[in-house]
Amino acid sequence: MVRFILKRLGLALITLWLLSVIVFFLGQVLPSDPGRSVLGPLAAPSAVHALDHQLGVDKPILTQYWHWITHFPGQSYQYQAPIGPILTSALGRSLKLALFAFVIVVPLGIIGGVVSALNAGKPTDRTISVVGQSMLTVPEFVSGIVLLVVFAVELGWLPVTATAPSGSGFFTQLKYLILPVIPLVMVLFGYIARMARVGTVEALESDYARTAILKGLPRGVMIRRHVLRNSLLPTITVIATQTGYLIGGLVVVEVLFRYNGIGLLTYNAATQHDIPMLEACVLTIGVVYMIVTLVADISFSLLNPRIRLRAAE
Amino acid sequence: MSIVDIPVEDAGALAAGRSEIRREVFRELLHSPTFIVGAVILLIWIICAIFGSAIAPHSPYAQNLEGINKAPSSAHLFGTDQLGRDMFSRVIVGSRDILIIAPLATLLGTVLGTMVGLFMGYFRGLVDDVVGRFVEAFLALPVVVTGVIALSTLGRTNLVIIVVIGILFTPLIARTVRAAVLLERELDYVAAARLRGEHAPYIMFVEILPNVFAPIMVEFTVRLAYAIFAILTLTFLTLGVQPPSPDWALDINANYGVVPAGYWWEVLFDALAVATLVVSISLISDSVQGALEG
Repeated sequence: MVRFILKRLGLALITLWLLSVIVFFLGQVLPSDPGRSVLGPLAAPSAVHALDHQLGVDKPILTQYWHWITHFPGQSYQYQAPIGPILTSALGRSLKLALFAFVIVVPLGIIGGVVSALNAGKPTDRTISVVGQSMLTVPEFVSGIVLLVVFAVELGWLPVTATAPSGSGFFTQLKYLILPVIPLVMVLFGYIARMARVGTVEALESDYARTAILKGLPRGVMIRRHVLRNSLLPTITVIATQTGYLIGGLVVVEVLFRYNGIGLLTYNAATQHDIPMLEACVLTIGVVYMIVTLVADISFSLLNPRIRLRAAE
Repeated sequence: MSIVDIPVEDAGALAAGRSEIRREVFRELLHSPTFIVGAVILLIWIICAIFGSAIAPHSPYAQNLEGINKAPSSAHLFGTDQLGRDMFSRVIVGSRDILIIAPLATLLGTVLGTMVGLFMGYFRGLVDDVVGRFVEAFLALPVVVTGVIALSTLGRTNLVIIVVIGILFTPLIARTVRAAVLLERELDYVAAARLRGEHAPYIMFVEILPNVFAPIMVEFTVRLAYAIFAILTLTFLTLGVQPPSPDWALDINANYGVVPAGYWWEVLFDALAVATLVVSISLISDSVQGALEG
């Protein structure tokens, strides 16, 4: 088991290194002139060169990569300030939004999938599947704008932005986050429900479920003890892989609802060619995604005796 | 291996069998209400995309500064925007760009992804490990985030969008194709081809490819819906289709600032247009998946 975890960690480190290379070179592809973009179009060429030299962008690419990694996350061009504090507070705000979304969507998706599986082939199942599948493909800005029109503008029940006035209490903050969270929940619901459905159908058709029925266990007990325990395990992994979609969705939702999270920060950095900020944001997003999938992978194998024992061989 | 009588079919019979299956799938699709609803909605949008300018009552570009922000009425079914342009005409013609860009991007991703997946699945070993690591590192970044970086860098023409989305989809599709190829390569017909002394490219493209066609088709329809999702999202972030093109996502971006002032019609109809298009594709992909997988 320890060997399995070490192997997964090792692979994750390699992936992380590759990711840092990809992100760094994506940043290098940007045909931008940092000195020029900081000083503006009217600055003298000599001043631009001097600043480029000071920033180190005129050095060989490998030196720059080394400097980037050792001085991570570095300085933002746009803010003229260290990236670290800006990034952490944005990340914190995004985590709040993401956590809120997960708290709502995980139970909802699992219930939807299990209900679907228990009624497999019936209209209830078809409805949940088709509705889930459809919500999955509606972009967040579309559902977001409809929600804004209906609940914030026409009915006036909820605020149009996501940022609560500073110093607001927990529930006021939640109220501001309700509208932004719904588009994220809609997209994730389809995936989670589908995976929970697949897992449950598989478990229902298994030999151990049939044995449980044949030995006369009540249906409720059979489902709770034998089916759900086995079917919900794969769902954990799926939920983890959805973190990527969730972060993609955060970019859109944060722009639409003007919420200062890592999504909006990434978007602004990209459109304003603030390369160090962009690279830091993107690498952070990748790292968050990798940590979540790694934790899910390891907890999945800890919970699943089949993998645990095979790994021990 | 056990010795059993395997009926040897000639190539003609095999091809006939395949087209028989195809006809079967098609018949099943025509009996599926989900497919018909999806196909009808999609067809309406395709007609709008092709004949949009002829159908639309006004020019989608014609500004009328004396009639800005007008609520829906009989003269302007969906109202007018901040420049007095007819929203109904803009919604109709707005289907054009996305219905050209998204299928092309998906096609590019499917072709590239199929090739990469065939190589990874067929050669396994080192090729698979190395490419697989890169794919995994790449997948740690959400498509929207990579898209934002690439498009803000490379410019925002429609060709760039197609290439960027196509390349971003390649690893996703490669992963599916690889899994299908891994199952196929263990089958007897591949071993037979190898014993005949066929070259690897021949085995990959002539022998294996036709047999993994079903999962590739399913993947294409699923990815098409996601391509529309991604391209419209990037356009909403002003990184996709550029003004003054009538485009649903672009219009929503341009007008959502005036929604709090009560001009809901300037975004709502565009939003509904996007929703109907993506839902129609997912209905189609759902029923294709059902028909192919039985």
